[in-house]
Amino acid sequence: MASLGSIATAPLRAEREGDKNAKSIVFLGLLWFAILFAVLALVVLLVTAFFDGRTRLDADLITQYSSTVFPERAGARAAILGSAMVIVTTAALAIPLGVAAGVYLEEFADPRRWYNKLIEVNLTNLAAVPAIVYGMLTAGVALSIGLPRRVVLAGAIALALLVLPVIIITTREAMRSVPQEIRQGSLALGATPLQTVWRQTLPSAIPGIATGSILALSRALGEAAPLLLLGGLVFVTYDPNGLMSGFTTSYRSRSSTGRHSHSWRFSRSHRQPLSCFWSCCCS
Amino acid sequence: MSTTTAEGSSNQTTPQGIDQGSYESDPAAFLRQRRGRYGERLAKAALVGSAGLSVLITVGIFFALLLPALDFFREVPVGDFLTGQRWAPTFADASFGVLPLVTGTIWTTLIGLLIAIPFGLGAAIYLAEYAPERIRRALKPVLEVLAGIPSVVYGYFALFFVAPKILDDLLSIEVGTFSVLAAGLVLGIMIIPTVASLSEDAMTAVPQSLRQASFALGANRMRTTLRVVFPAAVSGITASIVLAASRAVGETMIVALAAGTRAQMVSSPVDPGQTMTGFIAQTATGESTPGTLTYNTLFAVGLLLFLVTLILNLAAGSIVRRIREVY
Repeated sequence: MASLGSIATAPLRAEREGDKNAKSIVFLGLLWFAILFAVLALVVLLVTAFFDGRTRLDADLITQYSSTVFPERAGARAAILGSAMVIVTTAALAIPLGVAAGVYLEEFADPRRWYNKLIEVNLTNLAAVPAIVYGMLTAGVALSIGLPRRVVLAGAIALALLVLPVIIITTREAMRSVPQEIRQGSLALGATPLQTVWRQTLPSAIPGIATGSILALSRALGEAAPLLLLGGLVFVTYDPNGLMSGFTTSYRSRSSTGRHSHSWRFSRSHRQPLSCFWSCCCS
Repeated sequence: MSTTTAEGSSNQTTPQGIDQGSYESDPAAFLRQRRGRYGERLAKAALVGSAGLSVLITVGIFFALLLPALDFFREVPVGDFLTGQRWAPTFADASFGVLPLVTGTIWTTLIGLLIAIPFGLGAAIYLAEYAPERIRRALKPVLEVLAGIPSVVYGYFALFFVAPKILDDLLSIEVGTFSVLAAGLVLGIMIIPTVASLSEDAMTAVPQSLRQASFALGANRMRTTLRVVFPAAVSGITASIVLAASRAVGETMIVALAAGTRAQMVSSPVDPGQTMTGFIAQTATGESTPGTLTYNTLFAVGLLLFLVTLILNLAAGSIVRRIREVY
């Protein structure tokens, strides 16, 4: 083993000798600068968010409603509860549908058929549709069939549409990594294809599906754009109490479009700790 | 895979078909059999249905945007919309030239790409070709966290930190509260992970034998990276940049917060400007009654946005398919 190791590293050492001229060192320096820039951006973002929001990191932040009268005691209670309700509903809608679609595409679909190809191409495009377009779709459909659009359910549907392609794609990847022998063994023992999927393939793929779904939901939790059209950012000072209830997932919509400049000074101190909390969840 | 399952099901149905006569002696077996197959078919139909839903969503998006947009174009000619240079949909002398919104989008996207391409590619090259495994494992999560930060947070970062502290104080560039420069810079930071991780994937997919051949011919690492690996991965890298551009065009919260709401033909990066997504965000939060021209305007701009990103995504997809054929 030792001799094998030295043979394997011999060309590496030779190539390092050639890396010591000025040009190569400058090039490597530029690469380091590039990656350090990304790291620095993240550190600065987290540090400024923490220092700007530091004075407001207390119990009021999560127990109080937002308030323009006592901005120093205002909290994100309605926003946190709203976010939680929306995200739970989103998960309930998107995960079963996404997993079912992923299972079909990976286990049953014949990739040579035109309609399955259509679904494939369609999925990759859906995954890159701007988030706000999903909000417009939900708002448009809700209006045309006469349902209220500024409610928890509408927000959850928009976010479910947003994360559905991501969940389908991760489900497929997780199913693909399950060894073929497990399927063959199950089928050989007389299980139907569906029993094979339900009792063998799907359980083995659950860790992969769970990881992908949690990442997708954390993205949905931080997504604000589609909710702009669905009333998710209005000034709410009560708890959401049902799927058809009005809600908020963040502070102060008005400041977000910059029309009511007076609210910035509150929103800055409120918003950032919550955001910091969000991004911590996301990571 | 699908062929295996197809064989599996046909192998099972044939023997069942043969001993149908025995059901008369054991009715319970008949019932069990029927129920099993019926359930099987039902479950499969449900799976097909949920996969087909994705196509339905696309069709839905298209019509949800198209129908109000058609109402809009009945009142405003398409030519005026696409070539007009004044965007004032809510003024008394309303004007619906979308070019100010388009220039706003182009400015923020280009500034974003100007940041994301060099830094994203640099990071990708370092991670794929230079970084020791230990450093790679430490740095990849950093990029993932950067990708996972909600865009609203980036928006406030641009508005309260990048614009006043970095641009005004540190670099003494005179920008107002809102500028396409601040929005574009932060947009660039947001799409660095997209460029970096997709380009890194493209470069690690280049076969090791190409690198070994290059080293054997006496090239050092820099030469190998720039002359061998980079050209071999160029279609994947291009696709990553096109996808990043599509994300930048569709990004809403950063530009809505940091670029401002004044729709004007942006002529310099320190100007405020409104993007297509910024307009949708601003109008959507206000009261827009369905059926009115303002409401339909929203969807006309949305349709344009959807088409632009769709073209970019299709372009990225076709570039990626080309690389797959090479290796």
